[in-house]
Amino acid sequence: MQKSLHIDPGKCTGCLQCEMACSYEHTGTINPSKSRIKVFDFEHEGRKVPYTCTQCADAWCMNACPVDAITLDLATGAKIVSEATCVGCKVCTIACPFGTVNYMADVGKVQKCDLCGGDPKCVSACPTAAITYVDAEWTGLDRMRSWAAKANTTAVAA
Amino acid sequence: MGWNRKVLRVNLTAGTCTPEPLNMEWANDYLGSRGLASKYLVSEIDPKVDPLSPENKMIMATGPLTGTMASTGGRYTVVTKGALTNAIACSNSGGFFGAEMKFAGWDMIIFEGKSPKPVYLFVENDKAELRDAAHLWGKTCWETEATIKSSHQDPQIRVSSIGGAGENLALFACIVNDLHRAAGRSGVGAVMGSKNLKAVALRGTQGVSGIKDFPAFMAAANAGKKVLADNAVTGQGLPKYGTQVLMNVINEMGALPTRNHRDVQFEDAGKISAEAMHEKRPTDGKAHLVTNAACFGCTIACGRISKIDETHFSVKNSPKYWGASGGLEYEAAWALGAANGVGDLEALQYANLLCNEHGMDPISFGATVGAAMELHDLGILTKEQIGVDAVFGSAEALCKLVEMTAHGEGFGKELGQGSARLCAKYGRPDLSMSVKSQEFPAYDGRGIQGIGLAYATSNRGACHLRGYTIASEVLGIPVKTDPLVTEGKPELVKAFQDATGVFDSAGICVFTSFAWTLADVQPQLQAACEGDWSMDKLNLVGERIWNMERQFNLAAGMTAKDDDLPPRLKTEPAKTGPAKGKVSGVEQMIPEYYKVRGWTPEGVPEQGTLSRLGL
Repeated sequence: MQKSLHIDPGKCTGCLQCEMACSYEHTGTINPSKSRIKVFDFEHEGRKVPYTCTQCADAWCMNACPVDAITLDLATGAKIVSEATCVGCKVCTIACPFGTVNYMADVGKVQKCDLCGGDPKCVSACPTAAITYVDAEWTGLDRMRSWAAKANTTAVAA
Repeated sequence: MGWNRKVLRVNLTAGTCTPEPLNMEWANDYLGSRGLASKYLVSEIDPKVDPLSPENKMIMATGPLTGTMASTGGRYTVVTKGALTNAIACSNSGGFFGAEMKFAGWDMIIFEGKSPKPVYLFVENDKAELRDAAHLWGKTCWETEATIKSSHQDPQIRVSSIGGAGENLALFACIVNDLHRAAGRSGVGAVMGSKNLKAVALRGTQGVSGIKDFPAFMAAANAGKKVLADNAVTGQGLPKYGTQVLMNVINEMGALPTRNHRDVQFEDAGKISAEAMHEKRPTDGKAHLVTNAACFGCTIACGRISKIDETHFSVKNSPKYWGASGGLEYEAAWALGAANGVGDLEALQYANLLCNEHGMDPISFGATVGAAMELHDLGILTKEQIGVDAVFGSAEALCKLVEMTAHGEGFGKELGQGSARLCAKYGRPDLSMSVKSQEFPAYDGRGIQGIGLAYATSNRGACHLRGYTIASEVLGIPVKTDPLVTEGKPELVKAFQDATGVFDSAGICVFTSFAWTLADVQPQLQAACEGDWSMDKLNLVGERIWNMERQFNLAAGMTAKDDDLPPRLKTEPAKTGPAKGKVSGVEQMIPEYYKVRGWTPEGVPEQGTLSRLGL
């Protein structure tokens, strides 16, 4: 089964544990400025929204890369940046409609979410299950269930 | 190693920013944040210094767990000699500012001297410079934060600033970070204002790399988070209701100080409670509460984000207050509400918003309004003197007075001096509900005896966060004690005070202690920091910090007389509720407390105590 990250902003408290976990996994330091998932705080509305790469099936970043530094991880579906190959041209950061590929000035490469090889650390760090890793074909299952629960029916014996 | 091992020393007189190594010997003895910054302060200033003079210093400090994945590891502390109290001050704040200081590579920033003109400090990793703040002076905390982010073209900067209250040297001015978190108490904002320091803006991209044993630390941090999640208070109560969960509980106990402590139960407590914040308003069909929110790294998320009723008289012509914003927390709701007999939730939120916007401690501000209302009630202060009909229960008066105090206008200037100075000026010092000139928080020392002793002996003036015996006396954490008795309370207060010193110095939030004991913190510290951080060591560090702060206050001229409650708490029995007929037994508890502390009957640490603690 292919899985994908699923984000429910309504559950996010803005604690940034996901950003810390992401940076620790990828850099060995706790450093939200290096996180590949970002939590946005729309303070005047009281909303916090975690946002990261959705791993497009037909990925703009991968198609745009002139040196084939972005490849598909067949096991997870993640689009992976090979730092060894990346030349830091940033074309992928322009191609991505969502802004989730970003340039790291200190190393001259780009970075994006790689799903941590199938065990996304942001998911296990999230204290409220605002970020989950679920069946890619059924990301709507929980929402369907909650609407189904509201259906005005009574249990009927056969 | 937990620490960055780097201190930024900012000399405001000379306009210099100089890095220096952290004194690791002191870090080993005082841990970080509150304890370590206090060690720097007591070593560098004359305890008798005027808090608002250039000779006072102000330190912003993080702990070894600040900026880490330890739950609630986002705290920072402001340590100075308090403008309100003339005692050592240590005001702790959450939000995101503390972690950013750590990510920029610093453990603490020491401010000394006084700038000849308004400035703000801008720190971007290793770079630190003082910048002209002429364009920021006169701006609110909210405007200051927005202006700095916009002028640096960097929305990810974190800002701590003072508003008009700090600029005007209101003695309960606070330092606001991330719009609605604050180093709130003891007048640290006035000290900042006296130094012509408008704001501190930080941007850190270096992260925390110096954890001693990362795998062990992650395991310990995860174990700690599980304890918080599984606990009914930190896992359910605080996220759902916030600290406001206490309003009805404390009222039912007959320990909710009302109308300047004349009463111990508030007839409108239900209207300003957590439950009320969840209810839909008749005016717009919406609940006051929008959501809960977390500070950096916090897996509890007790913070309240609310939207005020746009049709309320206080804001109907001010759309800038209509958006979601912080509040109400329990202490603010009590001080602005019950302490003045005001049962209008929206009015309390308006006053709370102005406290955040202009940088005022809502506890001291609200309690000072309560004292003024009593002076008015007794005919000592007239409506003309105050500028508004300040009768107990008047939401209109509260809203007008918060505006006047925020802007330092008219009688607001007098309110800005706090209740002790106000009541002394009008010949009734007994009507200030304070210790060491700092106003009480939201628990009555008659109905909850231990907290009364904690107020009386708190090193930073009356405060619930120096020894939160409410946990034991009300919630049964870690064991239930009878709130109405004095027996055993000196030991209880000491235990809470010492443990709190460690929580504060580690860089985590004291609210974790609803679920955690020091035994839950210890493995996290041991994995993060070099050296021995055993339970024995931590207990010793907590007690050492307390005694160090005490010695500073004694050297500043305080005596056992300052460890006392106002006469009302000792002579006017609680009128209603389970504590009816009770007064505070503080005078019986103090001698025992001194004994338990290893202090002389005059409240001075004995030589044996000092040498045991390495002081």
